[in-house]
Amino acid sequence: MRITVDLDLCESHGSCVFAAPEIFSFDDDDYLLYEAAPDDGLREAAEKAAASCPVRAITVAAAP
Amino acid sequence: MSAAGHPRDVVIVGASLAGLRAATTLRAEGFTGNLTLVGAEPHAPYDRPPLSKKFLTAQAPADTGLPVPDGLGACWLLGRSAVRLDPYSRIVTLADGTRLPYDGLLIATGAAARSGAVTGEPGPEQGVFTLRGRDDATALRAALTPGRGLLVVGAGFLGGEVAAAGRALGLGVTLVEAGAVPLERAIGAEAGAFVGMLHRKAGIDLCTGTTVTEYGTGPDGTLRGARLADGRLVAADVAVLALGATPATGWLAGSGIEAADGVRTDSRLRALFPDGSTVPGVVAAGDAARVPQPLADGAAPALGHWSGAVEQGAAAARTLLLGDAAPPYAEVPSFWSDVHGVRLRSVGLPALADTVKVHECDRPARRLEVSYHREGRLIGALTIGRTSRLAPYRVALAEYGV
Ligand SMILES: Cc1cc2nc3c(=O)[nH]c(=O)nc-3n(C[C@H](O)[C@H](O)[C@H](O)COP(=O)(O)OP(=O)(O)OC[C@H]3O[C@@H](n4cnc5c(N)ncnc54)[C@H](O)[C@@H]3O)c2cc1C
Ligand code: SF4
Repeated sequence: MRITVDLDLCESHGSCVFAAPEIFSFDDDDYLLYEAAPDDGLREAAEKAAASCPVRAITVAAAP
Repeated sequence: MSAAGHPRDVVIVGASLAGLRAATTLRAEGFTGNLTLVGAEPHAPYDRPPLSKKFLTAQAPADTGLPVPDGLGACWLLGRSAVRLDPYSRIVTLADGTRLPYDGLLIATGAAARSGAVTGEPGPEQGVFTLRGRDDATALRAALTPGRGLLVVGAGFLGGEVAAAGRALGLGVTLVEAGAVPLERAIGAEAGAFVGMLHRKAGIDLCTGTTVTEYGTGPDGTLRGARLADGRLVAADVAVLALGATPATGWLAGSGIEAADGVRTDSRLRALFPDGSTVPGVVAAGDAARVPQPLADGAAPALGHWSGAVEQGAAAARTLLLGDAAPPYAEVPSFWSDVHGVRLRSVGLPALADTVKVHECDRPARRLEVSYHREGRLIGALTIGRTSRLAPYRVALAEYGV
């Protein structure tokens, strides 16, 4: 699975961190960090994160 | 009902955040019947949070449209209002007389800005605004020209954001709040004082412990200013009433569902009659609904948050499809607000706290971290400029939510 976050759109809402802490986290200055190629077992959590992002910055795709 | 138990005809009243999310979920979970979305506004679904933020301050108005997935296969009745519900013959009637039979109905009509003349007298006709929809925001945006005076009545989340936007646009801003600090009931005195500090540092004239008693108008009837209960006179060309919102459930009058302060639901979002029995085939979600919160031991506080509308829309759709097999609603409430370039974010139910603990309060860096407790138990948390600190609280709160 491939995750992309449009960091120009991201407003550090953190909803993705709530939905999928295995993939998304913050540094101490509220900047988003994320795993770009997480395990496929996290697909559901990743989709939930994408759906809960208020600015729709997250795209979830199959691994290339 | 079809053989699989799914409804055949689903009507969603309220074509905005909760309604669209419900429609999307229905299709994603295999609903193949007829889907009708009814929306009072002529606009396709759009997002409201930007309307009090970057929509007001951006050079060009931000497009806040919500994406409608391809292949949703819905019949859209926009610019048309539902006016009546007969839950026994299962028919929704629209203002133009159209009758829509359903076997599944989702109530997602949201809320309307409370406009109540603050002074008890009707205010001036021009220059006084409320903010709920895109048309309101477009009109307000046009009125917010640099150098004018802006009076914002009510220093809640919405009022604070509008005041901040006005300040960023170069208006002189007075923010009037009846409480001792902004947001005291919602987030407590400590965090409220912090927000008040942010407003004052940004150059907003924050007047607490007072209200508007009288508007002053010019000879042509336009707003000139206002008198406050403490005797002060405030010059203003534009006033925004940010006094909260009331559920848009008037159309349910006569249906037997008591909904003056929102449609009460059970833990699966099924609408309830006053005697506590479920209304057959009817669910409710978002700002129009009062949903029991596990964190509040099943009480159903009015919340009015973006995430709640999204999560409840999806959950209500699942209940329409699965009935008792749908999981009960157990999301942790969460909310954000942006003021003066910092993000305020909360999880849980801070308003229900009896004790507040301040973990970090750094005024120069504009950072705050507070947790809320009730009878010794964590019930919420709030950060300003510290969203990174919130996730562990959310995890802890989710553990009660079962
Ligand atoms: C300016 C503004 C800023 C906000 N900022 C934030 C924020 O920063 N963070 C946050 O968490 N939340 C915020 N919110 C709250 C959030 O937008 C709402 O919780 C959310 O929009 C609720 O979604 P909903 O679908 O339940 O209701 P709504 O979005 O209100 O949609 C209800 C729809 O139903 C329609 N309708 C009403 N009556 C009828 C009828 N009789 N027939 C047909 N259609 C009808 C309405 O026209 C409306 O389009 C903000 C709200 C506003 C207004
Ligand atoms: S939810 Fe969206 S906006 Fe928020 S941190 Fe994640 S990607 Fe960024």
